[in-house]
Amino acid sequence: MAPVDPQTLDPASLGHALEQAGYLPDEGLSTAAFLALRMHRPLFLEGDAGVGKTSLAHALAEVTGADLVRLQCYEGIDASQALYDWDFPRQVLHLRATEAAGGGGYHDARELEHSLYDRRFLIARPILRALEHSPSVLLIDEIDRADDEFEAFLLEVLADNAVSIPELGTIRAETPPLVVLTSNRTREVHDALKRRCLYHWVAHPSYEREVAILRRRLPEVSERLAREVAAAVRRMREADLLKPPGVAESIDWAQALHLLGADSLDAERAAATLGAVLKYQEDAVRIRDTVLAELAG
Amino acid sequence: MSAGPTNAGRTSAGRPGAGPAPGPVAGHPVARRDFVEVVLGFARTLRHAGVPAGPDRVQAMLTALGHLDVLDPNQVYWAGRLTLCGDPADLDRYDAAFALYFGGRRPAAGRTATDPPPMLRPAPYEPDTAGEQQQDEDSPAFAVHASRHELLRHKDVGALSPGEREQLQRLFALLAPRASGRRSQRYTAAPRGRVDLHRTVRRMLAQGGEPAELARRRRLRKPRRLVLLVDVSGSMAPYADWLLRFGHAAVRRAPFGTEVFTVGTRLTRVTRELRLRDPDEALAAAGRAVPDWRGGTRLGDTLKAFLDRWGQRGVARGAVVVLCSDGWERGDPAELGSQLARLARLAHAVVWVNPHKGKDGFAPVTGGMVAALPHIDSLVAGHSFAALAELVEVIADA
Repeated sequence: MAPVDPQTLDPASLGHALEQAGYLPDEGLSTAAFLALRMHRPLFLEGDAGVGKTSLAHALAEVTGADLVRLQCYEGIDASQALYDWDFPRQVLHLRATEAAGGGGYHDARELEHSLYDRRFLIARPILRALEHSPSVLLIDEIDRADDEFEAFLLEVLADNAVSIPELGTIRAETPPLVVLTSNRTREVHDALKRRCLYHWVAHPSYEREVAILRRRLPEVSERLAREVAAAVRRMREADLLKPPGVAESIDWAQALHLLGADSLDAERAAATLGAVLKYQEDAVRIRDTVLAELAG
Repeated sequence: MSAGPTNAGRTSAGRPGAGPAPGPVAGHPVARRDFVEVVLGFARTLRHAGVPAGPDRVQAMLTALGHLDVLDPNQVYWAGRLTLCGDPADLDRYDAAFALYFGGRRPAAGRTATDPPPMLRPAPYEPDTAGEQQQDEDSPAFAVHASRHELLRHKDVGALSPGEREQLQRLFALLAPRASGRRSQRYTAAPRGRVDLHRTVRRMLAQGGEPAELARRRRLRKPRRLVLLVDVSGSMAPYADWLLRFGHAAVRRAPFGTEVFTVGTRLTRVTRELRLRDPDEALAAAGRAVPDWRGGTRLGDTLKAFLDRWGQRGVARGAVVVLCSDGWERGDPAELGSQLARLARLAHAVVWVNPHKGKDGFAPVTGGMVAALPHIDSLVAGHSFAALAELVEVIADA
C-alpha cells in the first residue's frame, strides 16, 4: 500500500486509509490523527485499557509508511534508557586496543579522547532512534507509568525535536516524527505536557463498529458469532464491573470461542471461555448470574 | 480565567496566515463575522464553563481550523475538542459550551457544568479579643496569648467563633501532610550499596581505562501518593471546610503526589481546584465544583465510584488513603464494607478520620463505622487542629 501524503489528505481519507490498514477509527480519532500529522503536534490518547490506543500508532506507522519506534514507560525510566547512552565497555576496549597498537595513529591525547566520543559508541535508545530515522512514528506508551521528572525531560525533546549530546553535538530530526503518547490515567499527566499535544479520549466503540472490528481482525469468525460477542460485551460494559472489557478482550474472546468451534454464542462455551474477557473473579460471578444465565435461557 | 483584551490581541496576532475564508460557523446567526473572533468568543464561553483553555490552546484550535473546513460543524467541534480539552472531565463541559455557543448541536451528554452557586463561604473577618492585647506587649500578655493559642489548637473546629476561625486558618499554613516513603525504581549515588557499573566504567574511562574506585548506588525513596476522601454531607458540615483546608495543605506540599476528592451523594475530584495557592480562593473554587455540598451520605456508592474511576487504575494503588467521614451511612453498610475491603487490598494504608472520635463517649457504632472497622488500619480524630496535626504524623508513619 502506498503511504498517504499528509499534504493532500483530509480526515475522511485518512480514516479510510487506516481502515485499509486494519484499524477502524471513528470520526474524532481520524480527525485527531489528521491534525497530528498536519500540525506536527504529538497526539495524546487517553482511555480505558484495551480500547486500541497502542494499535492506532501501529496503524498510523503503516499508513504513513514510517517505522514505528516504541518507548514503553515504567517507573524509574530515565534519559539513558529513553534517549541515548554511551557504550562504556566498548569505549574502554577501544582505548586499550589503541594503546596495544602503540598509539593507533592518533597524534595526541586530545584526538584520542575525541575518538572515544564517536557516533559509533553511542547507543541510540527509542527517542534518539525515532529522531534519526525519519519518517517515523514514535509511540510513547503508558506515559502515566513514568514519574513526573521524566515528563519534564520529554517536554524538552518534543519541543524542538532535537537531542543535544554534550560530547557530540545536536542531533535533529529531518522530518519530526509523529509522536503518539498513550495514558491509562493511573495518574494525572502534567498540564504543561498535555498543552503541547492534541488530546483525545478514546471511548469504547459503538456496537456496529465493534462488530466491524471483530470481522476485520478475525475474518475466520462467523458474522453471527461476531454480532453476539459484541452484544454480550456491550452488556458487560453496562453491568458495572470492576474491569469492563475493552476491544482487545472482545477480540480475544471471539477468537477463543472460534477455536472451540463455536458459530454462535452459547452458554456452555461462553462460560468456559469467560476468562478471556473478564479478569476478576467477582466480575465473572456477576456475569455468570446475569448475561450467561439469559443465554442459557 | 478571564479572557482579557491582551489575550485576544496576542492570539489573533498569531493567527495562521493560511486561514480559510472568514465566515460564521454553520447555524450561527451573525453573518460574516471573522472566525478568529468566533473562536475567541467560544473560548471565553468555555472558560466560563470551567475548562482552563489558555491562549496557547486557543491558538492551537485556530491552527487546527486552518487545516480543516470551518463551515463543517463536525470539524469545528473536533478541532476545538482536540485542542482545548485536556482531561475527561473537560469533555462534558466542552459539549455543553459548544451546544450553547454554536447553537443546538451536540447537546451535553450528561450534567451541564454551568456555575453552581458557590457554597463555601470564607469566614468573615472579625477581630476578637486576640487583637486587644496589642497595647501591652509584656510577658504576661504573651503567656495569655500562648495559652489561648494552645486552647485554640485543641478546640473543636465545629464550634469556633469567626475570629478564632480566622486565626486557625493561618495556623493551617503550618501543616504539611506528606505520606511515608517507599523504595522507588530509581537509583541514586551512595557511599555504600551495590556497585554502580555505569559510573564505575565512566570513572575508569576518565582515568584512561585504569581500574578506578568503585562507584555505588542505592534505591531512592519516594513518598507514597496521598489520597484524601472528604465527606461533605450535612452531618459533616462543621468539619468539611477544615478537612478541605487540610487537603489544600497536602496539595500545596506535594502537588502531584496528592489527590483530594469529596464524597457524599456523589464523587467530585477537587485536586485541581485546591492547587490554587491561596487557601480561600482554593476553597471557594472547590465549593463551586462540589454539587452535593451538605447533602446526604451514600459512602458505599461514592467509594465505589472512586475505585472504579480512579482507585483501581492506580490512584489508590500503594497509596495512603485517608477517608474523612462520621460514618453516618444512608446506603447499605454492607456495600460500604465490601468497597472498603476492595480499597484495603489496593492501598498501602487506609486511615479513617472521624471528627466524633475526639468527643467523650465515642464508640464506633454507626452502621458505616461498624462495617468499616475490619478494613481500616487506623482510626483517628480530626476535630481540632491538634488532632489534624496528629493526623499528619499518622500519614507520615503509615
